[in-house]
Amino acid sequence: MKKKLCSLLLAALLAMAVLSGCTDGTGESSENNFSAVVGIQQDIDSLDPHLATAAGTKEILFNIFEGLVKSDENGNLIDAVAESHTVSQDGLVYTFTLRDNVKFHNGNAVTAEDVKYSLERVSGLLDGTPLVSALSTIKSVDILDEKTVQVTVESPNTELIYSFTAAIIPSGSGEEEGTSPVGTGPFSFVSYTPQEGIVLKKNPDYWQEGLPYLDQVTFRIVGSAETALMELQSGAIDIYPYLTDSQAQTLKEGNTHQVVASPSNVVQALFLNNAVAPLDNVLVRQAILYAIDKEEINEYVGGGTGSLIGSAMLPSLADNYVDLNSVYGTKANVEKAKELLAEAGYADGFDLVIDIPSNYEFHMQTGEVIVEQLKAVGINASINPVEWDTWLSDIYNGRNYTATISGITCDQTPGYLLNRFQTQSSKNFINYSNAEYDEVYLKAQAEQDMEKKAGYYKQLQQILADDAATAFLQVPGNMTAISNRLEGYKFYPIYVQDMSTVSVKK
Amino acid sequence: MAYLGKKLITLIMTLFLVSAAAFLAFQIIPGDVVTSILGTEATPEREEQLREELGFNDPPVMRYLHWVGGLLRGDLGTSYRYSKNMNERMPVSELIGDKLPVTLWLAALSTVLIIVISLPLGVLWAKSRSHAVDAALGVVTQTAMAVPSFFLGILVTYCFGVVLKLFTPGKYVSYRQSFSGFLGYLIFPALSIAIPKIAMTARFLRNSMLTELGADYVRTACGKGCSQRRVMYGHVLRNALMPVVTFLGMIISEIVAGSIVIEQVFGLPGIGRLLISSISNRDFPVVEILILYITSAVILVYFLVDILYRVIDPRISEK
Amino acid sequence: MPAHVTKKRNKYLTAGLIMTGTAVLLGILAFFWTPWSTTAMSASERFAAPSFRHLFGTDNFGRDIFSRVMKGMGTSVMISALVVLLSASVGIFLGALTGYFGGVLDEIVMRVTDAVNGFPSILLALVVISVLGTGRQNLILSLGIVFSPSYIRIVRSEYLRLRDADYIKRARLMGVGKGRILFVHILPNILPVFWVSVMIGLNNAILAESGMSYLGIGVQPPDASLGNMLSDAQGYLQTAPWYALAPGLAIVWIVLGFSLFSEGIRRLGE
Repeated sequence: MKKKLCSLLLAALLAMAVLSGCTDGTGESSENNFSAVVGIQQDIDSLDPHLATAAGTKEILFNIFEGLVKSDENGNLIDAVAESHTVSQDGLVYTFTLRDNVKFHNGNAVTAEDVKYSLERVSGLLDGTPLVSALSTIKSVDILDEKTVQVTVESPNTELIYSFTAAIIPSGSGEEEGTSPVGTGPFSFVSYTPQEGIVLKKNPDYWQEGLPYLDQVTFRIVGSAETALMELQSGAIDIYPYLTDSQAQTLKEGNTHQVVASPSNVVQALFLNNAVAPLDNVLVRQAILYAIDKEEINEYVGGGTGSLIGSAMLPSLADNYVDLNSVYGTKANVEKAKELLAEAGYADGFDLVIDIPSNYEFHMQTGEVIVEQLKAVGINASINPVEWDTWLSDIYNGRNYTATISGITCDQTPGYLLNRFQTQSSKNFINYSNAEYDEVYLKAQAEQDMEKKAGYYKQLQQILADDAATAFLQVPGNMTAISNRLEGYKFYPIYVQDMSTVSVKK
Repeated sequence: MAYLGKKLITLIMTLFLVSAAAFLAFQIIPGDVVTSILGTEATPEREEQLREELGFNDPPVMRYLHWVGGLLRGDLGTSYRYSKNMNERMPVSELIGDKLPVTLWLAALSTVLIIVISLPLGVLWAKSRSHAVDAALGVVTQTAMAVPSFFLGILVTYCFGVVLKLFTPGKYVSYRQSFSGFLGYLIFPALSIAIPKIAMTARFLRNSMLTELGADYVRTACGKGCSQRRVMYGHVLRNALMPVVTFLGMIISEIVAGSIVIEQVFGLPGIGRLLISSISNRDFPVVEILILYITSAVILVYFLVDILYRVIDPRISEK
Repeated sequence: MPAHVTKKRNKYLTAGLIMTGTAVLLGILAFFWTPWSTTAMSASERFAAPSFRHLFGTDNFGRDIFSRVMKGMGTSVMISALVVLLSASVGIFLGALTGYFGGVLDEIVMRVTDAVNGFPSILLALVVISVLGTGRQNLILSLGIVFSPSYIRIVRSEYLRLRDADYIKRARLMGVGKGRILFVHILPNILPVFWVSVMIGLNNAILAESGMSYLGIGVQPPDASLGNMLSDAQGYLQTAPWYALAPGLAIVWIVLGFSLFSEGIRRLGE
């Protein structure tokens, strides 16, 4: 009987083995020396460059796709698929001349037809569904000759050119091809495995002479933020751009990687819903701003690598930025905060629930510090972690919240951060409303002179700060670890991982 | 046969209940998969297009029936979240088929560890005449049983990974890349799952054997002059193993649940991790199939144990 | 032989009592007093190693880990006790009704408990929390739902066994009311079996609570709980291993204490 039992158990185990072993393949070749692995935190939301919305996806697709223009490491636009471009005096007609030597990964040269198709797809001219909302202003795309494309728009906008970074894909590929993404970037697509990562290989026909250096690049989703450090130390990943402060400290001791801090393009804030009591009272909002100690937050959560801000603008956009940290100070002013609370009729404080997307450790930890700081002035704050999904639908779109900690990722245009605080903006999730602000914003938008435009932008930042519209905290630093065997990694003011200039040290 | 039929009906009813409950839960959970796929830059037109594409404009009951209909035809549906390529959604079967080997091998490895270590340990323990050994094993197993699996996972990571550097935490090797490397990594999470279960099973077997040793037939056998060895392995162990089989069945079904947490600790891309990320992504088709899969796996294990039991001891079916 | 058993029984009971006692007392004390504040941060004392000043060291915010472990033990024990209270009450009520009367209600309740049992408990709790949202009450409620079926089953089988016992038959013949039979005549007789399952339930509840907090769906920061401390600590295993050790060992301490204690009680009953 014992034998019977054993054989039954054995059979059960074997069945499991067979069931699970059937997909066991022969395996890929082992790592070669001219490859690099980049650790990423989130899965990819779409391989279609026009449908992808997550910043974590766009930073990868930057290597596969290019627009007519693309960003360089200084935040300026350079011509990419286009050789040159001109904008008419009235700002309504854009003319792009294409490069001769740009080829898609499938070997075909890029034609004016492909450009027309791509622009019509993103602008909604193709099927009525604009995929890049800024480009829905495009009225028509005309092919002048085989190397020249002319785009006509409905109204002038000096910042529209940034949207022409939208990817150029082969004509008709959006609907039919679809087996794998095809672009013109320095790397071409090899494979994608959900929850594991994406593999890219060198594009030998890339138009920029000599680039890229690496034969293969893998973007691998790390097990968790916690295990990323050990994956770096073991060499499982070479580059990881999201180190926490303590991980950075540990890694520096090991001398196997260089750790570089660079400013991110995220504005982190404790967003206050201006339409909900008691935050509809400007005195209460000011009290909160006085109570918050931004230096402490930066120290605890970012290891001092963030840049403190007093309004909605990235310091890296230097022409448009005005330092407003002094309005409420960077250290806590408990006396002043209590005074304002008493004046507003909340001498005994109040309860405040702060919703935080729980997948962002950084925001969660910031929340812990802020709860403690608010306690000092008598505000009884608590953290309610919400899933990213719920955050988007209930808080960002539904505006059903009192306060939340999150970050706004800013592309290069300075107007992007200020646009959302207009009363009628669909993105105005803090329900901010100030007639003067709306008026100045319209003036700024109509202004063609860049210097005057910047003046208006500065005025807008001042208004936001005076109204204590929201508690802007910091632009967190990005701490990137780069293996000592690699060189040439470039830091961008926008959220991209440009692997084309990375090479293995000789 | 009637018994089998009854069990099957119960299984189907349970699965139906579970799937309906999960569907209902997804109607109530806050968060909208469409807004979350499109993110903060969504345009209303894109939202409407995606809603239509995913069939969200149909009434909920229709959607559920549609889903059940597909399931009956063997179509597990497609993921809301993952796409296979530019414009085709990832079939759930493919998504899960990719992750399943990880979880199954983890469960298999843990089960092997449990059986291989706990059975000899339990027998030796029962045979041990030494008071010190008995007390020591008592304390060790009692403590091992009290350690939660995720803490054990952290301890294993620290001891074998950080201090001894026997493996690299987080450097998971895919079974497609290198099968030996895959098993080599899996052994540590399997150990974290197995240790408390080994302690439990060994204790259980030891107690079961001690009970048998006190039974009348053992004394009779001894009286008849059998060798002690024969009594021990021929009679005592065989009888003592029967309750252990049930116990092991329970433990295997617990491993399924335990692996959800352990996959999280060790960063294994198995179905546990897929399940947790799919719940937070509101990827309903994936969650529904995973829940059905886990539930039926658990019920099936219980069912097999039941059958095994009947095979070993025919008296039960007569009751 | 008898002397040996008595000695052993005492050992289990004493060890269990000491361990459970210290954990519960420290936990209760934490609601009134801790050596340091459980939430106050200190930039100058981040990641301090264990010392006389900070018995278990400090965490990434410079908070005293010993104080937070104390508070965490209190929270864990309190939540687990409430979970067991809730699920045991549901278990007694439904188990008594279904076991004694049987019928359609029995069939329905059994199918539902089957479904719940077939579900891994942590998964069920995860789904319930997704529906209800995080928070202490919801945590207790969801774990209560998860633990109820096993109590229903235990109570039901006891009622099934006792419903045809002679003394119950006699009571029925004498015209004693149904409620009285259920809760005055039968209930006291199932208590010995019931207490053991309550102790086991407490253990499982503590493990489940810390597991949920570890996954981030239990007790929320900045409130201290053993599970969420462990998940925070995992990122600092290399720099501050004591941070993970303290809450982890605290869980082991409580669970071990409870199981020794219940083992002691079980042997006392034999």
